[in-house]
Amino acid sequence: MALLNIRNLTVKFATATGSFTAVDGIDVHVDRGEVLAIVGESGSGKSVSMLAVMGLLPDTATITADEMTYDGRDISKLSKAERRRLIGREITMIFQEPIASLNPSFTVGFQIEEVLRLNLGLGRKEAHARALELFRAVGIPEPEVKIRAYPHQLSGGQCQRVMIAIAIASNPRLLIADEPTTALDVTIQKQILDLLMKLQEDYGMALILITHDMGVVAETADRVVVQYKGKKMEEAEVLNLFEAPQHPYTRALLSALPEHATGDRLPTVSDFFQQAGA
Amino acid sequence: MMGQDIPVVEGRAIVRDYHVPGSIFARGRDVRALKGIDFRVDKGKTLAIVGESGSGKSTLARIIALIDAPTGGELRIAGEAVDIHRRRPGPALRSKVQMVFQNPYGSLNPRQKVGDVLMEPLVINTSIPATERRDRAEAMLKKVGLQPEHFNRYPHMFSGGQRQRIAIARALMLNPSLLVLDEPVSALDLSVQAQVLNLLADLQDEFELTYVFVSHDLSVVRYIADDVMVISKGEAVEQGSREALFANPQHPYTQSLFAATPVTDVEAIRTRVARRKAARAAVAG
Ligand SMILES: Nc1ncnc2c1ncn2[C@@H]1O[C@H](COP(=O)(O)OP(=O)(O)OP(=O)(O)O)[C@@H](O)[C@H]1O
Ligand SMILES: Nc1ncnc2c1ncn2[C@@H]1O[C@H](COP(=O)(O)OP(=O)(O)OP(=O)(O)O)[C@@H](O)[C@H]1O
Ligand SMILES: [Mg+2]
Ligand SMILES: [Mg+2]
Repeated sequence: MALLNIRNLTVKFATATGSFTAVDGIDVHVDRGEVLAIVGESGSGKSVSMLAVMGLLPDTATITADEMTYDGRDISKLSKAERRRLIGREITMIFQEPIASLNPSFTVGFQIEEVLRLNLGLGRKEAHARALELFRAVGIPEPEVKIRAYPHQLSGGQCQRVMIAIAIASNPRLLIADEPTTALDVTIQKQILDLLMKLQEDYGMALILITHDMGVVAETADRVVVQYKGKKMEEAEVLNLFEAPQHPYTRALLSALPEHATGDRLPTVSDFFQQAGA
Repeated sequence: MMGQDIPVVEGRAIVRDYHVPGSIFARGRDVRALKGIDFRVDKGKTLAIVGESGSGKSTLARIIALIDAPTGGELRIAGEAVDIHRRRPGPALRSKVQMVFQNPYGSLNPRQKVGDVLMEPLVINTSIPATERRDRAEAMLKKVGLQPEHFNRYPHMFSGGQRQRIAIARALMLNPSLLVLDEPVSALDLSVQAQVLNLLADLQDEFELTYVFVSHDLSVVRYIADDVMVISKGEAVEQGSREALFANPQHPYTQSLFAATPVTDVEAIRTRVARRKAARAAVAG
């Protein structure tokens, strides 16, 4: 049975110029211990669909789905208290913009220790020790110093790793990671992905990884969903996707890598659609 | 000296200290985030800054963009020493130098509609009439791949990559001659990334724009840069032409970047998938 099962999810936003469909009938499911990668063009509804699952969209959003279950329970029917117990503990999320999702008025140490105290019931000292351990695990240099810093005193990549540390602090069963390594170079990215994969293999954590980086997909995913303009274009086992991409957008994604630039222009997806006659 | 020999921007021994507050256990102290950096960028060229997370790239970028003052050293824009501590940059200098921040959301006012975000620099720094301001802002939205109907939306109504493009559009509104871009495409999918990089290349060709471009992605650097500076722990450890850097990277950090680049070839994926299947079977059995 799937750990998370979403069928026919649609998200519409009320805007000044009328209703806007950001997600148009998407299915997502992920099993225990599985890594699902969601890739797709900017604005295709990747973040919005996951925020809908987490119940974090603003009131202007209308969410409908044929099914939305976590561990067999209907997420949309949870009481506020049940939702609080689930979200942020069993299901956690690494947000796309780490600095924006940290509280600027508290030190990062306070923020992670609070999660550890509330969710795992750790005492002050234990929480502090565990926080340092997590900071080390995500490769934050001088954790004893950085734990006392406010978000604005950290670099972009350091903030991103603080977010990752917070998201894994409560040993979630499902981690939704939205572009978790965009601020990190390939060496630290590798360290972070190895860490996530280890959690995933050791504890059977399910991982939904939103990324635009096909390298990350190649090195982590079991299964891949490709989204374009709010719709699912293609879904495949990772090997099949790279061996025989079906949809022109997927082929474009794989060929738009800057290392494939010919001459002095980079191919864009519209170039690709034109070539494909689509 | 002939005019074109004067670099658009030049830094000499740039130093930046940050004060780190103490706690009951430790005293506050200064940490040196930049330890004396020299560089120059000529008109129409792109200097890429690469380096590990926390090495001081954004710190240097903010200094070059006149957002933040160095603790020591000298910054020269078009041959003139600029010290924002002593004198705040006026509208002329402000419009000449623009920055795209690493964190687009934090740099956009949540209560300002996108159209106003784009028109504001024109209101503050120019006397361009309102109708033309609007035309220019709409044209710029299109250039970065957004639509005119986005004009009246607030920043929170956009995706991460869309916000990144709004930040780029805003920086371009004043036709700057020096643009400092801090990881401008790292949040973008490859197609939009290509679109933005192509746009930056076109603008550079057309207006001889000068770029300082912070990036951790070597494939992007290879595409956009003329010169590359590698910084590590606040020091420039490698500096030179793009060709030289890619042909023969010297510093261990640069070498490690090449070594860790993810592999997308099918054989590697096949091996990984097989290993995972085996591990799962072992657990189940
Ligand atoms: N509150 C909102 N009101 C109106 N439209 C919104 C709102 N939030 C998001 N959108 C729109 O919904 C669409 C999907 O956004 P989403 O953030 O899911 O994109 P994404 O696939 O995550 O893109 P990216 O790769 O750029 O992060 C976008 O076109 C965006 O402009
Ligand atoms: N306001 C501040 N107060 C104290 N320390 C700071 C401040 N801003 C940055 N630092 C520290 O200075 C160092 C350099 O930060 P900077 O943001 O320049 O790094 P970066 O190279 O841009 O890293 P990234 O790739 O992660 O964005 C980091 O260790 C950071 O913690
Ligand atoms: Mg997103
Ligand atoms: Mg930075």
